[in-house]
Amino acid sequence: MARPVQSDLRTRLQEWIPKIVLAPSVASMLIFVYGFIVFTGYLSFTNSRILPSFDLVGWHNYWRLFQLPTWTIAVQNLAIFASLYIAICIAIGLTLAIFLDQKIRGEGMLRPIFLYPMALSFIVTGTAWKWLLDPGIGIEHTLHLWGWESFHFGWIKSSSMAIYTVVIAAVWQSSGFVMAMFLAGLRGIDNEILKAAQMDGASNWNLYRRIIIPQLRPAFLSAFVILAHLAVKSYDLVIALTGGGPGRATELPATFMYSYTFTRNEMGVGAASAVIMLMTIAAIMIPYLYAELKEPK
Amino acid sequence: MSGAVDTGVAIRTNRVTRTFIYLFLLLFALFYLLPLAVMLINSVKPLSEITGGNMMALPNVWTFEPWREAWSSAQIGVQPTGLRPYFINSILIVVPAVAISTIMGALNGYVLTKWRFRGDTILFGMLLFSCFIPFQIVLIPMARVLGMIGLAGSVPGLILVHVVYGLGFTTLYFRNYYSAFPTELVRAAQIDGAGFFRIFYRILLPLSGPIIVVTIIWQFTNIWNDFLFGSSFAGQASQPMTVALNNLVQSSTGVKAYNVHFAGAILAALPTLIVYIVSGRFFVRGLMAGSVKG
Repeated sequence: MARPVQSDLRTRLQEWIPKIVLAPSVASMLIFVYGFIVFTGYLSFTNSRILPSFDLVGWHNYWRLFQLPTWTIAVQNLAIFASLYIAICIAIGLTLAIFLDQKIRGEGMLRPIFLYPMALSFIVTGTAWKWLLDPGIGIEHTLHLWGWESFHFGWIKSSSMAIYTVVIAAVWQSSGFVMAMFLAGLRGIDNEILKAAQMDGASNWNLYRRIIIPQLRPAFLSAFVILAHLAVKSYDLVIALTGGGPGRATELPATFMYSYTFTRNEMGVGAASAVIMLMTIAAIMIPYLYAELKEPK
Repeated sequence: MSGAVDTGVAIRTNRVTRTFIYLFLLLFALFYLLPLAVMLINSVKPLSEITGGNMMALPNVWTFEPWREAWSSAQIGVQPTGLRPYFINSILIVVPAVAISTIMGALNGYVLTKWRFRGDTILFGMLLFSCFIPFQIVLIPMARVLGMIGLAGSVPGLILVHVVYGLGFTTLYFRNYYSAFPTELVRAAQIDGAGFFRIFYRILLPLSGPIIVVTIIWQFTNIWNDFLFGSSFAGQASQPMTVALNNLVQSSTGVKAYNVHFAGAILAALPTLIVYIVSGRFFVRGLMAGSVKG
């Protein structure tokens, strides 16, 4: 008599276990990610200074944000940095991948050399490049010692050029990874089509331009999305390489948010800048993730 | 004509083109190796040879003093402790954070592929988006919450932060891996009376080796290299290696001991570099899986 009830209970428990297992992750996501986004969003409409306050001031912080010259510099820097970083990484990554794909001797040696910077912390990368780019001791100094007296490379000390040194260090770190993405794409292309095209007398240049590179579209898209979101989030590298300087010349939204929130005690403005960063990333990531998840398995 | 295994594209190239390709590849290999080589060479030189000499030259006098100093006696903040305590902090943070987020990610992936329910794709989408948010958006409330639950400035606090913001990626890895796994096997085991956990332990887990390695490497690299959370939420006693290294390098007091900075930077890079050298194949797979579905 009791048996069916008991097994019924057991199956019902079995039905609940998966949801119970998932619950802690879902709860932490709802609190620590989405709850926190709502909280920071709310703070951006308050007059919070050193501590959070709940007095609403409307769009005041956003209005103030766009009046601040430092924020303008940070946004302009991000535009320069992100476009160069993405374009150069893709150009280098694609070229290296195509060259490595020509049945190269020692490919197994070269690939890890191109890729290892990705395993390093941006703080390590920044430490190394800060020194290499320092005109007094780094590359410039070495070339002077080697006899090239007129060589001059002082970008890191110049407020108009320093942002480009951030590009150099960031490209050094990430371009090998982009190479790996394109190489995987190249290796996935059907060789039969290429052989047929060669048979028809297509030149190497046309083969790549017309057949191979168009087939790498998914790799281009992934590389773009990953690099774009890394660019918006860039923080460590600037801190280690230039500290935002000289002056405020290499300030980025991420460093701006941190200093306004935690050292200048303008938490409302800091929160507003964080919201704008989130919106920028969402504009890139949500369509991409939507397309990725929508595709049938 | 060509061998049985035909990997690369069979492009016909002449001698001049091939020479150019090799030169180009070697040039870039130099570009990638240069910073590491310079750091290594200069970390075993006395300071006088660095400030007065050529950064590319091998040391006249070899010394491991900078390494010893970086490890155990350099001034970090106010204490002359070297990087050792912070290296230990990083290990104390990384090991539990990686273990917990990997286990939770594996179970999440299992539920999201083999025990599907209404709305699971939306939940997964939300989890996935959380991987990519700029963490600036959570810094202010997180600092408050860590203070409220008494974990501000502590190692457990940092473990919590890394677990919470690592779950998206670990779930992504396991979900993609398990979605290729035949659901019929799970259903058959269910009919035979196996429960939720038994199916996981006996059927899925034994086949999860590669994805576990990928996930651990990914989480290890990310958490070890984290700077933003470490600098926002750690106290003086719980600072991770990256924050301590930055303090060492940026400290403005006294003469800049470049050789000590380089030894310290290599010490900070060593764990992830070793992981990369030992398991580069999985490292690449992890990077790829983080960017492309499947």
